[in-house]
Amino acid sequence: MSGPSTYVPQTGFTRWLDSRLPLVRFAHDTMLTFPTPRNLNFWYAFGAILTFCLGVQIVTGIVLAMHFDPSANVGAVPGSSLAFDSVESIMRDVNYGWLLRYVHANGASMFFLAVYIHMFRGLYYGSYKAPREVLWILGVIIYLLMVMTAFMGYVLPWGQMSFWAATVITNLFSSLDQITGGLKVGTHVATWLWGGFAVDDPTLNRFFSLHYLLPFIIAAVVGLHIWALHVPGNNNPLGIDVKGPQDTVPFHPYYTAKDAFYVGLFAILFAFLVFFAPDFVGNPDNYIPANPLVTPADIVPEWYLLPFYAMLRSIPQKLIGVLVLGGAIVTLAFIPWLDTSKVRSNRFRPLMKQFFWLFVVDCLVLGYCGSQGVDAAPGGVPLVWVARVGTAYYYGFFWVLMPLIGLIETPKPLPDSIAKSVLGAAQAPAE
Amino acid sequence: MRFALVAGLVFGLAAASPALAANGDPLPLKTPPQGWSFEGPFGTFNRADLQHGFQVYKEVCSACHSLNRVAFHTLSESGGPGFTDAQMKAIAASYHVLAGPNDKGDTVDDKGNPLTRAGTPADTFPPPFPNEQAARTANGGALPPDLSLIVKARNGGPNYVYSILTGFHETLPKGFTVTPNKYFNPYFIGWNISMPPPLSDGQVTFVDGSPNKIADEAFAVVTFLSWASEPHLEDRHRIGVGVMIFLIVLSGLLYLSYRKVWKDEAH
Repeated sequence: MSGPSTYVPQTGFTRWLDSRLPLVRFAHDTMLTFPTPRNLNFWYAFGAILTFCLGVQIVTGIVLAMHFDPSANVGAVPGSSLAFDSVESIMRDVNYGWLLRYVHANGASMFFLAVYIHMFRGLYYGSYKAPREVLWILGVIIYLLMVMTAFMGYVLPWGQMSFWAATVITNLFSSLDQITGGLKVGTHVATWLWGGFAVDDPTLNRFFSLHYLLPFIIAAVVGLHIWALHVPGNNNPLGIDVKGPQDTVPFHPYYTAKDAFYVGLFAILFAFLVFFAPDFVGNPDNYIPANPLVTPADIVPEWYLLPFYAMLRSIPQKLIGVLVLGGAIVTLAFIPWLDTSKVRSNRFRPLMKQFFWLFVVDCLVLGYCGSQGVDAAPGGVPLVWVARVGTAYYYGFFWVLMPLIGLIETPKPLPDSIAKSVLGAAQAPAE
Repeated sequence: MRFALVAGLVFGLAAASPALAANGDPLPLKTPPQGWSFEGPFGTFNRADLQHGFQVYKEVCSACHSLNRVAFHTLSESGGPGFTDAQMKAIAASYHVLAGPNDKGDTVDDKGNPLTRAGTPADTFPPPFPNEQAARTANGGALPPDLSLIVKARNGGPNYVYSILTGFHETLPKGFTVTPNKYFNPYFIGWNISMPPPLSDGQVTFVDGSPNKIADEAFAVVTFLSWASEPHLEDRHRIGVGVMIFLIVLSGLLYLSYRKVWKDEAH
């Protein structure tokens, strides 16, 4: 869709460079003239917003790493660790260290907020369907890498919630023992992950190493994600193919200007959290140094993992719970082939649209269930059963409803083209 | 999540018998908001409260609780209690901190006591006990927590710490028996706390003659501990207001350029 390059080198140097390494041509074609559907709405700004988030996390993270000490050993403060002490030193002694850390910690939440909106947008407008299956799967891989990175980052301050989250999550692997009999494969995997026989200093060291590595792998997969976007081009809210130049505008200045505005709005929300409610999404227990001998009353993950946590807890059998948890993410990679409808956008799918919104509500309900105590039963309704129904709907939405509805639904008529749809009313009098 | 614990905390003393948690312990009462000067986007610490709170910590809390992460020099830094440099140095010098080996290589004196020296601005508050075991032995087996992060490390933050300090005098509900060697405090998980009531009316005499009821002392020391937990709070609020104004103006300009760019393009 990007078509033949329109770049013309203007100077002697750029002509020289263009015949050796056409870097400027590449930037020109992908970032300036790239033809983009003219009807992209607010929900399409989250690609740019996510790029902004990744940049913020990498820049603040690199500086934080200069001051962070990934050691679980005891330092000058009794009952604490060098890791915890160095985080407190960042908060108290390092110039603007508090700012860096609050931006980085809240940046993770903002990153996930943006990625969830981005994913729901792709789901709503059918952006995963042919010819964008690879684009979608790369997105699922990025999300999975984000979850791993965020989890390991949460462990680094070595507070109570860090330590116990690391213990709970790494112990999920020990559920493999249930099917490997005397081999104890799960226990061996957990020991290998820990670098010892419990979560301890070696665990913290390797989590820090991987937490520093994975963002750069994310950046590389983001590069592939954008490449895979630039071959078929953007989907759009109508979900119909671009028919010609009248349907598109060049990416710059049209979408650079539009995305910049929405990044600005996003930054306002981000800054509000950082400066006025920096611990709002955090857990107070993580300001208590890790103590392997004291288990917190409630071990709760960060908000962005609560729906999966609810699924895990709702299954009484540990191994099946772990499989349900992992399957919930793996399922996403299959939906390009689970959806049987020929129509992409839910704007033209009256039946699917209702189940889509029910799915959004389902994710929020699962998140709520995950945030509550394991025995919680507000109004006499045990949340564990709410979570079970929610988990069933999550899987049912993808594996039953998606294939089924595509076959039985009668979609609304699609517009002829993007240009006719958006220009229709405006051009009618002129014709 | 902070809202994880909130549900169900409202009911407590009002009921004839205590509301119970899953493990059978009575649920702590909800901690009422106290209206702190440092809340909200423009919040700052009240200097007088910080200095009074420091005095309460020094004369009362520090008998059992350490403040390991707070260095003396921060007492005269901006956004803090606002002591002068001279006052801060005098405060530091009034503490004995562990000294390094002397010129003979000894770390203890003839009687076997650790060598100490006067504190300097770079030192942190010295702990009341040499180690955890000594602290537990002196406190009936309980470990008085370090207070450097206490306000940020508890659900409810300053309101929780205030409620604990002032909550010893609530009426004991019928049917609840206090565990021997513990004290009744309905804001504490399980209602039994190892800390004896630390404050009493008139216990600390403030140099400027300010009121010194339990509520005044608790309010002051919680303000001080909130600063100790978050010493750059005032910087954060001040910079935050500037950043918000900048981002709102920037977004306004970005909106105008977005509209201008798209003026002649239908979308």
